[in-house]
Amino acid sequence: MPAVTETIETVQSVTESTYKWGFETDIEMEFAPKGLNEEIVRFISAKKNEPDWLLEWRLRAFAAWKTMEEPRWAAVKYPPIDYQDAHYYAAPKTKPGPKSLDEVDPELLKTYAKLGIPLREQEILAGVEGAGSVPAEGRMPVAVDAVFDSVSVATSYKERLGKEGIIFCSISEAVQEHPELVKKYLGTVVPQADNFFAALNSAVFTDGSFVYIPKGVRCPMELSTYFRINAKSTGQFERTLIIADEGSYVSYLEGCTAPMRDENQLHAAVVELVALDDATIKYSTVQNWYPGDAEGKGGIYNFVTKRGACRGARSKISWTQVETGSAITWKYPSCILQGEDSVGEFYSVAITNNYQQADTGTKMFHIGPRTKSTIVSKGISAGHGQNTYRGLVRIGAKAKGARNFTQCDSLLIGDLCGAHTVPYIENRCVSAKVEHEATTSRIAEDQLFYCRQRGLTQEEAVGLIVNGFCREVLKELPMEFAVEAQKLLQISLEGSVG
Amino acid sequence: MTANAPAGAAGFLARYEGLKDHLPGARKPWLNTLRADAAAHFAARGFPTRRVEQWKYTDLGPIAQAHFAEPLTMVEGAIALPVPNAPHRAVFVDGRFRGDLSTLDGVPYRVLSLARDLAEAEPHLGALARPESEPLAALNTMLFEDGLFLDIPEGVEGGLLELVSIAVDPGRPFAFHPRHLIRLGAGASLTLIETATGRGQCLHNPVFEIAVAEGATLTHGRMLQEEATVFHLSTIYATIAAGGSYDNFTVAAGARLTRNEIHAALTGPKAACHMNGAQMAADGQHVDTTTALDHAAPDCASRQTYKTVLTGRSRGVFQGKIHVHQIAQRTDGYQMNQALLLSDEAEIDSKPQLEIYADDVKCSHGATVGALDADSLFYLRSRGIPEAEAKAMLVEAFLHEAVETVTDETLRGALTRALDNWWSRQGAAA
Repeated sequence: MPAVTETIETVQSVTESTYKWGFETDIEMEFAPKGLNEEIVRFISAKKNEPDWLLEWRLRAFAAWKTMEEPRWAAVKYPPIDYQDAHYYAAPKTKPGPKSLDEVDPELLKTYAKLGIPLREQEILAGVEGAGSVPAEGRMPVAVDAVFDSVSVATSYKERLGKEGIIFCSISEAVQEHPELVKKYLGTVVPQADNFFAALNSAVFTDGSFVYIPKGVRCPMELSTYFRINAKSTGQFERTLIIADEGSYVSYLEGCTAPMRDENQLHAAVVELVALDDATIKYSTVQNWYPGDAEGKGGIYNFVTKRGACRGARSKISWTQVETGSAITWKYPSCILQGEDSVGEFYSVAITNNYQQADTGTKMFHIGPRTKSTIVSKGISAGHGQNTYRGLVRIGAKAKGARNFTQCDSLLIGDLCGAHTVPYIENRCVSAKVEHEATTSRIAEDQLFYCRQRGLTQEEAVGLIVNGFCREVLKELPMEFAVEAQKLLQISLEGSVG
Repeated sequence: MTANAPAGAAGFLARYEGLKDHLPGARKPWLNTLRADAAAHFAARGFPTRRVEQWKYTDLGPIAQAHFAEPLTMVEGAIALPVPNAPHRAVFVDGRFRGDLSTLDGVPYRVLSLARDLAEAEPHLGALARPESEPLAALNTMLFEDGLFLDIPEGVEGGLLELVSIAVDPGRPFAFHPRHLIRLGAGASLTLIETATGRGQCLHNPVFEIAVAEGATLTHGRMLQEEATVFHLSTIYATIAAGGSYDNFTVAAGARLTRNEIHAALTGPKAACHMNGAQMAADGQHVDTTTALDHAAPDCASRQTYKTVLTGRSRGVFQGKIHVHQIAQRTDGYQMNQALLLSDEAEIDSKPQLEIYADDVKCSHGATVGALDADSLFYLRSRGIPEAEAKAMLVEAFLHEAVETVTDETLRGALTRALDNWWSRQGAAA
C-alpha cells in the first residue's frame, strides 16, 4: 500500500473535531434588530456617537452598496446570502471600569484564557485599570486590541505606546479622539464603493483597530488585534486603519476565531494601510475562523478587502498571511506602489481541508519608478478543498525599472481536492522586469520514505514536509506567531492527512 | 453593399439569412440544423466583448463595427502564389479550394475539399467545435463555404502537405470562414504546413477540427503572414487519443489583429501535445495567443513554449490554461511564456492558468516579461558587434527557441524564415 494512502486512512480515523476555538461564550449581549437598512446604519452610527460626516459617509456607502452586485468571478461556490437575516450590531453589555480581575465578567475572562491570550494582556483586555504599564517578564510585550463581535473590548499597553506618540486604539475611539486623522485617511485606500463587500463594510462597520505611528518612530512592540465572532446570527464588519508616518516602522498582527456553528457567518472586513516616505508596515495575519465541519456544514465566509498604499518614496508594505480557517476565503491583500522605490511584499500560506474553499492572492500595482514587489504563495489542498491563487501584477507606463517576482506553489493531498492558479500580468513599461513561476505537485514518495527511514511516523513526516513547503512564508512571521502557525498547519490538516 | 446594411454581428446574421439557401450543403438537413443552431448561438452572444473573461485583453470592437461581406464569386485565373514550402500543396483562395493552383499528384491519401465532399464529412463536421461557447466558431459554422478535408487512413505516412490560404483584396471589406477537418487514423502521420497571406480589409476566420487517433502523429506548422489590414481570428479544436501526439508551431507575424486560439484535449492515456509559438507585433498591431489544454486521461504530457516580441505601439496577449481532470493522474504539464518589449509604447498582458483536480501531477508554468538583457547586449558590444546587430542577434535567439523543438527540417526551415523575415522588416522600417 502506498505510504500516502496509508496516511490518509490512518488519519481519517482520527476524530475530526479538531477546531479548538469552537466554544461559545455565554455573555449578556446587546443586539441591533436583524436586517439591513438605512435605519440600522443610523443606529450603528448613533450607538458609536459618531460625528455627522461619518454618518453621511456611511450612508453614501450604503446607497452605493444597494446598486452593486455580489461578485461571482471567484472560484468559490456558496448559496445566496440573505443580508437581511443577520444582526449588524452585537456587543457585550458593558459594566464600566472593573478595578481588578475579580470584578471582570468571568465569562469574558474565561474566553481570553481559552484563546491563550497572554495573561498581562488579558488583564487589560478585561479592562483592568493600571495593569498595562507593567511589561510581562521575560518575553517581548505584545499590545493587543480585542474585538468581540461588533466592538473593541479593550486595548493593552496604551500608556507605554502613548509615550512614543503612538496611537493604538479601537477605531471608534479614534473617531472620537483623533477625528482629523480618521477623516484624512479613512476610505482613501479602499473607497466606499470599491467593491460589494467593501461597500457593505463601509456602511455597517462597527469597530476595528486604529494605528498611527508618528514620524521617525519605530514601534517598540508588536501591535495585535484579536478578532472574535461569538454571538449567533451576527456578521463581523471591522475596519482597520494603519498609518505609518515618515520614517516610522510598525509590525502588526491579527488573529481571529469563532465558535462552531451550523450556520454560516459573514465576516467582511476592510483593512487600509498608508505608508508615507521611508515608512514600513508589516502586517501579519493568522486567520483561523471556524472552517465548518468535515461535511462542509457551517463556517465563516471570510470576504475581506485589504489594501495598502505605499504613498511615500522608499516606503514598504509587507503582507504575510496564514489562512487556515473559514469555510470560504475571498481575500486579495494588495499594494499600490506609488512612491518611487517603494516595495510591496505578499507572503501567503493557504490551507483548504474538508470542504473549505479559498480564492486568495494579491494585486501589485506598480505606479512609481523602480518599485519592487515579491509574491510568494503556497497553497495546500486536502480532502475536498479547493484552493485558488488569483493575482494581478500591473506595471504602469511610468514605473521605469520596476521589478516583480512571483512564485506560486500548490501541494495536493488526496485526489478529491483541487489547486488552481490564475495570475494576471499586465506590463506597459519596457524597462520593467516581471517573472512568474508556478508549480503544482504532491508530496513525493521519496521524501516521505526518507523521513520514515529516519524514524519519523507518517504523520510527523507529512507535517515536516508541509512545514518545509511553507517555510519561505512562515519565516516572515514574527517568531512567536511562526511557532503558532506551524502548529496550526498541522491541526488544519488533521482528519485528512498528517 | 449599401451603407445602411447592418454592421458587425447583425450584418453576419443578415447575410446568413440571405445566403443560407445557397451555401454548400443547403439541401442537407443535418447541415442546415448545424448552421441554424450556430446562428442561434451567434445571435444570442454576438461578438465577445472585453467583459467576457477570455476576451479581457482583446477588443473585437473594430470587427463588430465594420461592414464585412462574404465574397459571392470565385476568384478565377492565375494568382501569385507564395514560394512553396513543401512538394505538395492545397491552395485556397478567399477560403475556396482551387484545384488548378494546387499540386497534389502522388499524395498517398485523398485530399478532399469540404464543399465538394460534404457527404463524407457528415459524421465529423461539428464533432469538436463548440459554437455554444465560442462565438467565432458559431460564426464560422453559420457561414463556412469550404475548407481542407483530410481523412488519412490507418497507418499511412502522410509526409508533408502545405495548406496555402490567400485572401485577394476585392477593394471592399470582406470576410471568409474556412472550415478545415483534419483526421488521422490510428498510427498515421502527417506534417501540415500552413501559410496564410492576404491583403485588403479582410476578416479571415478559420476553424480547424483536428482528430488524432491512437498512436497517430500530427505536426502542424502555421505561418500567419497576412498584411496589417487583415483581421485573423483562428480557432483550433484538437483531440488526441491514446499514444497520439499533436504538435502545433505557430508564427504569427502579420495582421492588424491576430487571435490564435487553440483548444486541445488529451483523451487517451500517454497522449502528448506540444504547443509552441512566436508572436510578433509592430506599430498598430495586436497579437493574442490563447490556449486551453485539457488533460482528460492519465499519463499524458504537454509542453508549451510561447514567445512574444513587441515593437512600436503594439499589444501582445498570452492566455494559457491547463486543466487537469481528476482522472488524469501522473500528468506532466509544462508551460512557459516569455515576452520581450522593445518599445516604450508596447503592452503585454499575460495570464497563465492552472486548474488541477488530480493529486499525482507535475505541473508548472512560468512567465517572464522584460526588455533585452542589458548584460548580454554589453557582452556582445564589448566584442565589437554594433548595437543594431547585437540586438538583432538577441531577438533572433529569443524567437528561435520557440521552433527549436521542430524535428522536421523543412518545417523548421520555413518557420525560421518566417521569424527572420519579420525581424528584417522591422529593421527596414526603423
